[in-house]
Amino acid sequence: MTTVFKRPAALTDRQFSYCPGCSHGIVHRLIAEAIDELGIEGKAVGIAPVGCSVFAYEFFSCDMVQAAHGRAPAVATGIKRAVPGSIVFSYQGDGDLASIGMAETIHVASRGEKITVIFINNAIYGMTGGQMAPTTLPGQVTQTSPLGRDVEIAGYPIRICELLSTLDGVALAERVSVDTPRNIRTAKKAVKKAFEYQAEGLGYTIVEVVSTCPTNWGLSPVEALGWLNENLLPYYPPGVYRDVKAEGFANAAEASAARLAASSVADPTAGKDAEGGGCNG
Amino acid sequence: MTPDTPNTAGTPDTAGTPGTPNTAGAAGAAPDTAGEKVLMKGNEAIAEAAIRAGCRCFFGYPITPQTEVAAYMSKRMPKEGGTYLQAESEVAAINMVYGAASAGVRAMTSSSSPGVSLKSEGISYMAGSDLPGVIVNIQRGGPGLGGIQPSQADYWQATKAIGHGDFHMIVLAPSTVQEMADSVFDAFDLADKYRTPVMVLADGMLGQMMEPVVMPGRIAELPDKPWATNGHKGKRERTVANSLYLVPEELERRNVERFDRYNAIRATEQRVEQYLVEDAEIVLVAFGACARIARSAVGKAREKGIKAGLIRPVTLWPFPADAIDAAVRSATAFLTVEMNMGQMVEDVRLVVDGRRTVGFFGRTGGVIPTPAEVLDAIERMDRGMSGDDCSAEPEHMGGAR
Ligand SMILES: Cc1ncc(C[n+]2csc(CCOP(=O)(O)OP(=O)(O)O)c2C)c(N)n1
Ligand code: SF4
Ligand SMILES: [Mg+2]
Repeated sequence: MTTVFKRPAALTDRQFSYCPGCSHGIVHRLIAEAIDELGIEGKAVGIAPVGCSVFAYEFFSCDMVQAAHGRAPAVATGIKRAVPGSIVFSYQGDGDLASIGMAETIHVASRGEKITVIFINNAIYGMTGGQMAPTTLPGQVTQTSPLGRDVEIAGYPIRICELLSTLDGVALAERVSVDTPRNIRTAKKAVKKAFEYQAEGLGYTIVEVVSTCPTNWGLSPVEALGWLNENLLPYYPPGVYRDVKAEGFANAAEASAARLAASSVADPTAGKDAEGGGCNG
Repeated sequence: MTPDTPNTAGTPDTAGTPGTPNTAGAAGAAPDTAGEKVLMKGNEAIAEAAIRAGCRCFFGYPITPQTEVAAYMSKRMPKEGGTYLQAESEVAAINMVYGAASAGVRAMTSSSSPGVSLKSEGISYMAGSDLPGVIVNIQRGGPGLGGIQPSQADYWQATKAIGHGDFHMIVLAPSTVQEMADSVFDAFDLADKYRTPVMVLADGMLGQMMEPVVMPGRIAELPDKPWATNGHKGKRERTVANSLYLVPEELERRNVERFDRYNAIRATEQRVEQYLVEDAEIVLVAFGACARIARSAVGKAREKGIKAGLIRPVTLWPFPADAIDAAVRSATAFLTVEMNMGQMVEDVRLVVDGRRTVGFFGRTGGVIPTPAEVLDAIERMDRGMSGDDCSAEPEHMGGAR
């Protein structure tokens, strides 16, 4: 008998705790397959967020660290700086990454920290029972936007890949979804590429996965896929927002230099020394 | 350094124990001060000693009056092959320490009061995940943005409420530049030994003052950390750093285990310096820079025939209860002297437990008490004034009200 389908070695034998139709399980599997195929489990360290995927530290076979809400990029930075040869990935939801952890998200990308962020954008706070998230769509009903997200009050959703792609430290920013077998294959390629870019030291890498939360959307798994297709994907179009290699650069640093050279604004720090004064505070 | 190799102590080139001058010479250390006295700022002494203690990751954020620690680290760390990184906030800095510590590397952050408040959550996570690390607080006046002058107003925060949850953190209180160096060295050892965050609680005065210091030699060997999350390389079981336990009984068991460790720390790590305590009737209790002022007031009181003495807690947690308790036998009264509104005095009262009068004298907001003011408080106490009234008497606040 030949085995045609088996559990990736990079997953432990713990059973997932996710709801039926939830994207978390699929994305876990893709990450594990990528780790297996690249043979990097031994040097991988994953970071579990605060959110439904907090138990990611139980599910991956590599070393794992659980981080405070939103702080995964800072924790990842500490690990990567301490063990530069490791492959470090954080796994974060939209509340974790784009709300409470936005400062860490922006800065880890701007530093070009050689880590991989897997961003599960399900447009809702799943774990706490379905509150409005920074990526909740205008008009979307949640527990804390019962009449639908009113942008006059709550402001607009944040498009993370678009935002981060403006930063010089980013080597790869790609948005995918896992709603069809074909999109799942694309998603897996993106995850694998992100790990490869990290291993090559090209810069910061992020894969945003437009995801489902049938439970808190109040939909069946099948309906959730439909809602994702009709509403989320138009607002968060899948695609490659930054890929320095595809753009013809060796890495993020080279891409950044090219950007600067193309800029008409002169370097304001030229010819000045770094010693500072200041009157405290 | 080759990739795959944890960035640990670099090359421990010479043997040296904490506090022992390194006579063999520490190759690679920029200011090669091993064994000889050099003049240094307290903040710089902290940074240099941390490097010699094997600290290879420093994460900071600018704030007065601790900025020299970061500035020094930014120059030295690259030469050591270590990491200096200016984080985007104190919140990020402590979480970077959490990450580096989980990976098994000696890591540190430093800040001053408002910034330390932001590290609260991260310190709690470190305690909950049993991760070692060193946090330096060069205190300034508070609350809020407060001021930038020296203060001891974070005593309660450091010893009782550094973060949410059931945990303690070891707190060391240096009172000289030499001790700034020695305590940070000790802090790394204690942190690793007990797998706990350790704070060095100093203040703007100690941070900014220059004094001669003999740097500790470089640490020879770092402890093994089989629990580190630095990639299992297929050679060991996976490791996990985590503080989440959803089953109450399991979380309880973890906390009880941790408190067993705290009890061992209480039993073995209390540290004090005593000055003329044996026959003292009025025992002053003061820590850090304030203890230097108290000590000189004790000298002046002795000249006036008042039998005063000083207990200087070196560990604020564990609080040196044993030394205070022993002093109850000879003392008629205790007087704590602090640069705050009266915080440590509560711990002294807890130990004295009503057996003796416990008074308080302090200045706050960044005002430094003078030896004359402290002497005055000793004399008032000597005249038999109820110590408990001390804190309530306006003049006992040095006219600060
Ligand atoms: C500091 C802090 N604030 C709030 C919470 C409560 N909390 C737990 S999970 C969560 C939201 C997670 O949402 P998201 O990141 O979108 O992940 P999801 O569950 O949707 O995958 C919140 C607010 C917390 N644990 N810690
Ligand atoms: S609540 Fe939502 S995000 Fe959480 S496991 Fe269930 S479906 Fe997934
Ligand atoms: Mg979410």
